[in-house]
Amino acid sequence: MYVAVKGGETAILNSYRLLARARRGDAAVPELSLAQIKGQLRHAVDRVMQEGSLFDPELAALALKQAAGDTQEAVFLLRAFRTTLPRFGYSVPLDTAAMRVRRRVSGTFKDVPGGQVLGPTADYTQRLLDFSLAGTGSANLEEPTALAEPLPERLPCVLDVLNREGLIEPETPPPGDPAPTDLTREPLMFPAARATRLQNLARGDEGWLLGLAYSTQRGYAESHPFAGEIRMGEVTVSIAPEELGFAVDIGEITLTECQMINQFAGNGSAPPQFTRGYGLVVGEAERKAMAMALVDRSLRAPELGETAHAPAQQAEFVLCHSDNVEASGFVQHLKLPHYVDFQAELSLLRTLRAGFDAKGDAQ
Amino acid sequence: MKHSTSCKPQTGLHREGGRAATGPYSPYGEEAHSDADKASNWRYNFGYLDENTKRMLRRGLLKAVAIPGYQVPFGSREMPLPYGWGTGGIQLTASLIGRQDVLKVIDQGADDTTNAVNIRRFFGRVCGVDTTEKSADATLIQTRHRIPETPLKAGQIVVFQVPEPEPLRLLEASEVETRKLHAHQEYGLMHVKLYEDIARFGHIATSYDYPVRVNGRYLASPSPIPKFDNPKLHQSPALLLFGAGREKRLYAIPPYTDVDSLAFDDHPFEIQAWDTSCALCGSHDSYLDEIVTDDAGSRMFVCSDTDYCTSRREDAR
Repeated sequence: MYVAVKGGETAILNSYRLLARARRGDAAVPELSLAQIKGQLRHAVDRVMQEGSLFDPELAALALKQAAGDTQEAVFLLRAFRTTLPRFGYSVPLDTAAMRVRRRVSGTFKDVPGGQVLGPTADYTQRLLDFSLAGTGSANLEEPTALAEPLPERLPCVLDVLNREGLIEPETPPPGDPAPTDLTREPLMFPAARATRLQNLARGDEGWLLGLAYSTQRGYAESHPFAGEIRMGEVTVSIAPEELGFAVDIGEITLTECQMINQFAGNGSAPPQFTRGYGLVVGEAERKAMAMALVDRSLRAPELGETAHAPAQQAEFVLCHSDNVEASGFVQHLKLPHYVDFQAELSLLRTLRAGFDAKGDAQ
Repeated sequence: MKHSTSCKPQTGLHREGGRAATGPYSPYGEEAHSDADKASNWRYNFGYLDENTKRMLRRGLLKAVAIPGYQVPFGSREMPLPYGWGTGGIQLTASLIGRQDVLKVIDQGADDTTNAVNIRRFFGRVCGVDTTEKSADATLIQTRHRIPETPLKAGQIVVFQVPEPEPLRLLEASEVETRKLHAHQEYGLMHVKLYEDIARFGHIATSYDYPVRVNGRYLASPSPIPKFDNPKLHQSPALLLFGAGREKRLYAIPPYTDVDSLAFDDHPFEIQAWDTSCALCGSHDSYLDEIVTDDAGSRMFVCSDTDYCTSRREDAR
């Protein structure tokens, strides 16, 4: 006598217990503290905040700990928590020209006003495993040399130099300067304005953007990019409550900004000039900011009169598949039971197969 | 949507400073709560979503009821269950559920499949409402892939979890294009697809998520229910709501609405039939799951609707 399998609830509760033990690992090894994760795994924390769309290093560290280092799972945890947070208002636009720059480089000019500042980059390290880090004894950290002269308070954007010559398209708000869509409150609709697209890319999966950006360099969209400027540092966040009538600083966040310069042959109404691609990401995230800038530019193909034949130029394709919380959930939902549909397909296939075999027999 | 009226906004959200780093909530913690008072001790609002989000959802639902079968875009939120696992249905249920509601959750027709258990546990934790496995006792039924065999009643609400709300998506990938096709009532693509099935196989080769025309206007996906369940959509006394969280669309079939499964005059719509009956309850007219019982390929057929099957066996005793 067949007895239908029961006990889903018990199994689920047991999976929690197993998961908790697996997460903790060897109990003889000290437990990770959030301060350790925040302080020593800053890139992981930043990525969880970017794709989780919530700036809170403490919660991002908690999510990473709970997810046992699975970045996308941590992003998901943060997003689900974010849903429950009330929205008090919107900040005034961030002024990245007033960024307290820790890193600023340009690939287009040897020297730029304010100079090139490498900052805390791994770019010119030789990727040799540093065995001195294998132990837990803290390494002897050397003091970096101070800058010859401190950076000015406002570091003008490198692209402004080209702007003065009219060789690069001006960055102007869209006609009427409409309030941007808030993608965390409204669904993504098409055609999507550039502000909406940038919002989507900013919280999009880094791997997705990196692959798409790479494709534009390899011939799937002729982008011919130059890294006009990349800067990273702290930017003040201000809000202007209506009843107050002026802006109040509420804190600062770390941002990475990338201004990409791309060739443009011009068209009937626009002269030949450089065009822009823009990337802005929370935290230290140069790879993502650069990828975002390349994809932003490729998505501008229709407005610049370019044929949109490559995947990275097709907004619906790029934007509908960028969110790793959506992608991860839907790909993995295949492990849920599909008995009913599978049964329907099975009986359909048996019918089709019977028809095919009967035809074969007749021949 | 009478249920929503019993759902009073909770003040204070029971959390300090919007932080979860400390406090009583534990993601893997305690057992499901059985009463509403316990639920109010959680840091989350009743039904998890805040009242403004619920209102946004209910407004969307009102529009959906007013335009049967039309896909209403809505500001879908990230839920604590993954996209593709019923987040659309969960959001609709969360926006509708009140303290007096009795909730039933099924997946594949069964109350005890893991995802159904998990969703029921979720609402147990964030609402503390009564749950049931009896279709007849439920005021609100959230389902994935089935409609209960027990006929639905007036006053009941069924919430369907929908992975792909756009019935034309596999024929036309672009959302811009499919919205135009709906606006123009241009459903030739789907008719051609069904015709091609007949030309190739002699019959329509769609066995689940079989497209329907709602109220003679919008082409809609019934969600991936087997076509066996399609006739239950037509003139249903219950309110049928469809939520697609990842795709950010919701739609509705109001009570007593005409729902036609697409077909041709010379190829009428047909549902699945078995030449066997349920091995447990003997039902001849329910949807059957095939169970493989040993390595030698022996198999048996049993009702996919566990409540229906159990009730029949209890009644037979």
